[in-house]
Amino acid sequence: MSDVEIKTLTMNFGPQHPAAHGVLRLVVEMDGEIVERCDPHIGLLHRGTEKLIEYKSYLQAVPYFDRLDYVSPMCQEHAFALAVEKLLGITAPERGQYIRVLFSEITRILNHLLNVTTFAMDTGALTPPLWGFEQRELLMEYYEQVSGSRMHAAYFRPGGVHQDLPDGMLDSMDGWIKQFIPVLKDIEKLLNDNRIFRQRTVDIGVVSAEQALDWGFSGPLIRASGIPWDLRKSQPYDVYDRMDFDIPLGKTGDCFARYLVRIEEMYQSVRIMEQCIVALRKVGGPVRVDDRKLSPPRRGEMKGSMEALIHHFKLYTEGYKVPAGETYTAVEAPKGEFGVYLVSDGTNKPYRCKIRAPGFPHLQALEMMTKGHQLADMSANIGSLDIVFGEIDR
Amino acid sequence: MDEPLKQLGDHVVQATAGAVTGCSVRLGELMLECEPNRLIALLTFLRDDPKCLFKQLIDICGVDWPEREKRFDVVYNLLSLKNNLRVRVKVPTDEATPVPSSAPVYSAAGWFERETYDLYGVWFSDHPDLRRILTDYGFEGHPLRKDFPLTGFVELRWDDVQKRVVYEPVKLAQEFRRFDFLSPWEGAIERALPGDEKAKTS
Repeated sequence: MSDVEIKTLTMNFGPQHPAAHGVLRLVVEMDGEIVERCDPHIGLLHRGTEKLIEYKSYLQAVPYFDRLDYVSPMCQEHAFALAVEKLLGITAPERGQYIRVLFSEITRILNHLLNVTTFAMDTGALTPPLWGFEQRELLMEYYEQVSGSRMHAAYFRPGGVHQDLPDGMLDSMDGWIKQFIPVLKDIEKLLNDNRIFRQRTVDIGVVSAEQALDWGFSGPLIRASGIPWDLRKSQPYDVYDRMDFDIPLGKTGDCFARYLVRIEEMYQSVRIMEQCIVALRKVGGPVRVDDRKLSPPRRGEMKGSMEALIHHFKLYTEGYKVPAGETYTAVEAPKGEFGVYLVSDGTNKPYRCKIRAPGFPHLQALEMMTKGHQLADMSANIGSLDIVFGEIDR
Repeated sequence: MDEPLKQLGDHVVQATAGAVTGCSVRLGELMLECEPNRLIALLTFLRDDPKCLFKQLIDICGVDWPEREKRFDVVYNLLSLKNNLRVRVKVPTDEATPVPSSAPVYSAAGWFERETYDLYGVWFSDHPDLRRILTDYGFEGHPLRKDFPLTGFVELRWDDVQKRVVYEPVKLAQEFRRFDFLSPWEGAIERALPGDEKAKTS
């Protein structure tokens, strides 16, 4: 029998595909049903955020951060706010810091609810997204109550948060937590021992600890590979050092471990929320720095005070000048380490603002994770990576 | 807080024998400067030395300083999980001088270098796959350079006659406005302002 030459088939996946989580285009080389190579083509959602920020004042740059990873907006504002605060040499008041931590954890739950449930949808289950999205809707109402917007909040500003919580919000959050825990347990019941879900995720896309370090993984992905690393513990910012919570670790580094880590992180986020609610009932005071050169005056003051009016006008046209310098500041966003490398030249606009999105290196490693798997496993891998194109393409 | 960083910086400067051309600690962050030809040796040292162990490459990005002779900085942000430290390595370069690719040291470098090449036009030698990554297929120019206009040069629209998208030069309905907020009243500008000539003479 003569040798048969087997040719690989090149296939295009996306950019319009429900399992591509946005506008991912993959050029896949297939040997039968086995993936030989996969080359992600990204940039279809590139909006030039970094270039635009160079032309905006520091305050005008904040809303761009909501539009990066649009399922975890506030965590990204947090990174930018901390970076600007570091250059300015200020810290937010205590109450502002508690509010930021509280809303960072709400954001984490928002993000993980979306990821865990759509990941289940990628592997064939439709019920989890329907249950999870109801809870997301309730949480986004809290977003709306503090900022006026369900998603693009622009709530964390350099120097604190824009305004204090409305009356009754903390009680309402207590009620939300009480009904959320059973819902989360139900979602776990749907998936943890589900035969189809397990067959689709266990031992799929295994990443060892060495590989996770080499490929620049962070967040739930590096923890699923068994490396205990969380910026909230190791390089705490705001009041995370006062919070009592645990870091879940995966053992196997496969898709199922990544799912389990995210589920457990939601329970831990609820714990942090509870502690923040208790603290916010005690800690009063301002929610943003009381410096008129950095934070705007109240509406009421502007009616009677000339200085307040001038400060308001100057802050919203010229903005404030930030001392020359540079910093790399990172937070533990739900998807991993979200960092801002900010270079200031002493004017009112950033000279350079590089956004380090966690999804960028994660997607880069897709080929390493998928090689040798079947095509259907690729969509499980993409789902477990938790990628959102707003932040990858910037 | 800065003292351990300073010690670590001194340790790296001594151990790499001249590879590091500058070392400073500002805002609690350690920064090293390095010439392109010694970069790989320095990164390998930072990754493997038992006092450093910067096992993770967090980010590579470019910064453009058009008035400088070597107009670009390529900035590497590294993280050590073991020691819980970060370090920043800066490599000055220009359009013509290639920077050696760090992909053999860190697998994660591939896309970050593609991005820097795409947005700034910095050339990375021995890169396994140096293509554009964020901009469109067939895009011309490097958009994050300071001399690239915010509006770009071409715009895209659907042509109903040709039944395809076409590129056209950018047409702005009004001139691009850039306000100069560097207030002259704070003495930022040396030249006399119109109507304010007397200010200098007195």
